[in-house]
Amino acid sequence: MLEIRNLRASIEDKEILKGIDLKVNAGEVHAIMGPNGSGKSTLANVLAGRPEYRVTGGEVLFEGKNLLTMFADERAREGLFLAFQYPVELPGVRSWQFMKSALDSVRRHRGLEELSIREFDKLYEEKLKLVSMDPDLMKRSVNEGFSGGEKKRSEVLQMLLLNPKLALLDETDSGLDIDALRTVSYGIDQFRSPLNAVILVTHYQRILNYVSPDYVHVLVDGRIVRSGGRELALELESKGYEWIKDSVGISN
Amino acid sequence: MTQVLTSYDKYLEDLQEFERRFPSSGFGRLSDIRESAIASFDKLGLPTRTQGNEDWKYTNIRSLASTAFQYVFEPNFERVTEAQLKELAPWDDSWASLVFVDGHYVEALSTASPRADGAHIGSLTDAIVTHKDIAERHLAKYALAEADGFSAMNTAFLHDGAFVYVPKDCAVERPLHIIFVAAGDAQPTVSHPRALIVLEENSSITIVESYLGVSSVPYLTNSVTEIVLGDGASAKHYKLLMENADAFHVGTTQVYQGKDSAFRSVSFVKGSAIARNNVSVLLDNPGGNCFLRGLYLTSGKEHIDNHIDIDHAKPHATSDLYFKGILSGRSKAVFSGRVLVQKDAQKSSAIQRDKNLLMSKGAEVDSSPSLEIYADDVQCTHGATAGAVAEDALFYMMSRGIDKETATLFLIQGFAREIVDEIQLTTLRDYVETRISGALPNLRSGQEL
Repeated sequence: MLEIRNLRASIEDKEILKGIDLKVNAGEVHAIMGPNGSGKSTLANVLAGRPEYRVTGGEVLFEGKNLLTMFADERAREGLFLAFQYPVELPGVRSWQFMKSALDSVRRHRGLEELSIREFDKLYEEKLKLVSMDPDLMKRSVNEGFSGGEKKRSEVLQMLLLNPKLALLDETDSGLDIDALRTVSYGIDQFRSPLNAVILVTHYQRILNYVSPDYVHVLVDGRIVRSGGRELALELESKGYEWIKDSVGISN
Repeated sequence: MTQVLTSYDKYLEDLQEFERRFPSSGFGRLSDIRESAIASFDKLGLPTRTQGNEDWKYTNIRSLASTAFQYVFEPNFERVTEAQLKELAPWDDSWASLVFVDGHYVEALSTASPRADGAHIGSLTDAIVTHKDIAERHLAKYALAEADGFSAMNTAFLHDGAFVYVPKDCAVERPLHIIFVAAGDAQPTVSHPRALIVLEENSSITIVESYLGVSSVPYLTNSVTEIVLGDGASAKHYKLLMENADAFHVGTTQVYQGKDSAFRSVSFVKGSAIARNNVSVLLDNPGGNCFLRGLYLTSGKEHIDNHIDIDHAKPHATSDLYFKGILSGRSKAVFSGRVLVQKDAQKSSAIQRDKNLLMSKGAEVDSSPSLEIYADDVQCTHGATAGAVAEDALFYMMSRGIDKETATLFLIQGFAREIVDEIQLTTLRDYVETRISGALPNLRSGQEL
C-alpha cells in the first residue's frame, strides 16, 4: 500500500528526515517510535503533504501512485488520513459542514454519490458513539473550545467517517488520560481491517497495550535505526531511548 | 485648485436650480435649515485635507472633491425596475419598502403604506406637510450641518427622503426596507439621500437601509440618516452598502438615544472607490444600550472607512462595537472608533473591537480604536488585529480532502460568522452569506498582488 524509499525532507533548510525506508501493507499496523526531535511527526506530516516541509530526496508510492506530487487534499482523497498531534481550531467553521464537505469530496473521488443529509447524520451519530463524543460538541465550530482529549477523539471520529486506506496517527495518545486513551484506542480498533493500514506515531508504548502493532520501528535522528515486532516496544519501554541510541552508535 | 472650483461651481449652479424647483419658502423651519446648511458648507467645504485632520487622516477624498457631480433633478425612473431591486437587494415580500432613485421617492416601487401598524411611514416631502411638528422638531437636529461638510451639503439639498414615525408604545411588526438607488447614465451624478426615523417612548421597529447602484457612470451618494430613540424605544437597524465598485459613498447615521433605549445595528459594506460609513451615537440619557456590528469586504483598489463615534454623556449606558473586515488586492480599510465617556457618565461600559483578515500582501488596514474617558468608574476595552489566512487551518482542511478553494471559503465564512450571525432577518442573512461566497473569486484573485 505504502512504499517509502530513501525519503529525505527538510524544514527551513534543516534536514530532518535523512533517508527513510518503509513498506506498509494492507491489514498492518506499524508503530513508529522515537525520542523527541527524531523526525516522527515530520514523517507523518511529509506524508500528508504539509507545505512547510520540503522533500529533498527519495520517493513515496501510495497504491502505486507517486504521493509526493500530490497536494494535501488530493492525498486525502486518495485515501490517506493524518490525525493531527495538535488539531487546529477553526473559528466559525461548523463541525457538521466541515465533515460533510470532507466526506463528500472523498466520496466523489471514489466515484460514490454524496450522502444525503439524513444518511450523513445517521453515519455521523453512529461514529460519534464509537468515540463517546457528546453530539452537542459537534454544533460548535471545529475543535473550538474542545479539551485536549476531545480534540483527539474528534480526530479519530473524522478518521472513522472518512474511512481512509491509510491512517497516520501523530501522537494521538499524548496528553490523554486513561479513559480517553481507551476510547481513542477503541476507535482505532474499530477502524482496523484487512483492507486498510495504520501508522501510529508515538513517543510512549502505552497505547500499544491497546492497539497491538505488527511492526515497531525506531526513529532516531531522521533514520529508522531498528525495526522489529511488538517486543521491541516493550524493550524500549524498559531500557529507554538512550539504550537504542547507544546500541546504534548515535550520541547526543 | 481649478478642479475643486469646477466642482464647487457645479454645486452652486445645482443649488440655484434646486431652490427654483423645490422652494423651501412656506415650510417654516425647513428654509432656515437649508439656508444655514448652505452657509456651513460655504465655510467648511469638503474635508480634502488629510494632514492634521484626524477625522480624514487615512481617507483621501481629492478624487471625489475634484469631480463635478451633477445633481439629478429628473431621475430616470425607468432605469430601475422591481426585478432589478429583487436581484440587487435583499428581498422579502413580507417587508414594507420605501424606494428612492437618486434621492427621489418612487411611489410606484414602494410597498409601505403610510399608516402601517399605527406608525407613519412615507416620504419626507409629504411628512413636512402632514407631520410638520415632528419634522421640524427633529430634522437636522442631530446630524449637524455646521460640524461636517458632507452633512452640510446633504442638508443644503434637503427636500425628499424617508420619514418614519413610530408613536408611543407602538411596535411595528413588519420590517421596513429603505432602498436608495443611484441610476445616473450620462455624467457623474450626486444624490443626497435623507432619512428621519423617530421612535417615541417604548416603541420599536426593524429597518434595513440599502444603498445600491445601477448607474453606468461614477457617482457620489452622500446620505444622512437621523434616528431618534425615545425613552425605552428599541430600533433594530441594518445598513447595506452595495454601491458600484467605482462609486463614492459618504454616509452618516446619527443616533440619539433616550433613557433605557436600545439601538442595535449591523452593517455590511462591499467596497467601492471610497465608502465612508459614519456612525455617531449620542447616549444622552442613563441606561442607553448601543450595539454595533459591522462586516466589510474589499478587493481591487477599493477603500472603506468606518468612522464610529460613541458619546457616553450619561451614566449606566453600554456600547459594544465589533467590526470585521476581509481585504484583498490592494484595497484599504480604515477603522476609527472613538468612544468618549464624559465626566457624568459613571458606570458606563464600552467595548470596541476591529479584526481584519488580509487575503493579500497589498491590502492595508489602518485601525485606530480610541477611548477618551473623563469618568472614573467605567469599564472600557478596545482592540484591533489584522492577520493573514492561517496556513495551518488551510492545511488541516485540505488534509481532510477539502480543496483549497472551499477551504478558503470556509475560513472566510468562519471569520465573518460572528457578525453574520447577528443578523436576525433570515432573508438578509442569506443575502449577506451569498455575497460573501460570491466575492471569493475576487478575494482570491487579489492574493498574488
